[in-house]
Amino acid sequence: MTTDKPGEPVIPDFGQGSPCVRENRAFCWDWVGDHWRDILLPRLVEHAELTAIAVGIGFAIAFAAALAAYRYGWFEQPFGVFSAFVYTIPSLALFQLLVPFTGLTWTTVEIALVGYTLLILFRNIVAGLRATPPDVLEAARGMGLTRAQTLVRVELPLALPAIVAGVRIATVTTISLATVAAFVLPDGLGQPILDGLRTNFNTKFIAAGALAVALALVADASLVLVERLVTPWSRVRRAPL
Amino acid sequence: MTLPLAGSGIFIDAIEFVIDNAGLLADKTVEHLELSGATIGVALLVAIPLGVTLGHLHRGSFVAINVGNIGRALPSLALLAFGLPIFGITFTNVLVALTVLAVPPMLTNAYTAVAGVEPDAVEAARGMGMSPFQVLTRVELPLALPLIFAGIRTSSVYVVATATIAAIAGGGGLGDIIVNQASYRVAGVVGAALCVCALAFAVDGIFAAVQRVVTPRGLRKTVPGLEPDLAPR
Repeated sequence: MTTDKPGEPVIPDFGQGSPCVRENRAFCWDWVGDHWRDILLPRLVEHAELTAIAVGIGFAIAFAAALAAYRYGWFEQPFGVFSAFVYTIPSLALFQLLVPFTGLTWTTVEIALVGYTLLILFRNIVAGLRATPPDVLEAARGMGLTRAQTLVRVELPLALPAIVAGVRIATVTTISLATVAAFVLPDGLGQPILDGLRTNFNTKFIAAGALAVALALVADASLVLVERLVTPWSRVRRAPL
Repeated sequence: MTLPLAGSGIFIDAIEFVIDNAGLLADKTVEHLELSGATIGVALLVAIPLGVTLGHLHRGSFVAINVGNIGRALPSLALLAFGLPIFGITFTNVLVALTVLAVPPMLTNAYTAVAGVEPDAVEAARGMGMSPFQVLTRVELPLALPLIFAGIRTSSVYVVATATIAAIAGGGGLGDIIVNQASYRVAGVVGAALCVCALAFAVDGIFAAVQRVVTPRGLRKTVPGLEPDLAPR
């Protein structure tokens, strides 16, 4: 790439960007301001959508599988092995292997992203359910609760912290992974990162990369907040006597 | 009967590509392993002594555990990009980026492993008159080894997987083929992707075997609570 030094004649119409952009300095705030609306914000929104869909579907599958594994012990190993198998496949390879079947579409990306959430969510939900103290279960049975009532009123509420912890890890992981989707899909924050890398334009990939990290941190913090809201009793326990 | 999935024909082409270009793929695999090996080596030197020491002293749990969480939030692609203005498209840039990604799972696992050793066992060892160093090498480390190796295993598989993406920043390896569809066609991309998968599973299998070997016999049957921290991917 040509770099024109200040003071020397510049090729006419080389670009309309600021001197900072033309010289490709480390970071140009003015570019971020100029392209927030047409590049960065839309990619950020797409990234959040990609993540939300993947974690949503992944949670539904993992939750059902975890309940099945909790109820029927034999189911735990096959699903655990399957999700660990998927988790081991390198992301870029999985995206490329799915392309012949589902094309360069959101479906391709979502199948892979959902696959990666399964192990984390499944492991956490099962561990959370298993951690119910036996005397609590005894008490629930003593109160005459049915199996379904015990699950909904006792076991699931007690497992909530572990479940939310799993959702947090899955969400942050998916946000990080969704950047790799840019190799098969021109959406999400990976797109400006990859484009910035290919055209060697620092500001673009630094801004988009920083946004991806920020999105992960904000999502993680919001989920902590959600956990506080849905488990009010844990706050009571922590209060001083 | 026609195949239910229209795309599966491409896999036949991909396997043909792998057979026809075995030499190229072997070279790229060696490159891939060199990069991954160098990264894992550097990460081991940084993470294991630090994690074991912190775990032995029961200090810095906040750091050791949160490093893992922060590592997970760093997108590998972004990290490869961040280093470019500093290091340029070099082996160093890729090595630094991959090491930053490889350290957290190793560190968190090493810390959790050593800090989580049964306090009674440590107490008993101390009661027998062992020095702190003896407690570490004869009691804590043997008991912690399975989980430490679980962390190394997770990290290594992650490095092999991410080294693929590193091709975009000049890392070489099998990723060179995957990101270059213009030269290698779809068959090449899918063929190389299959090779990367095979490599990841091979590395996982080897480390799983090592992990089993280093597990003290008494712990082999049941290792409760020894779930490794998952790699950020």
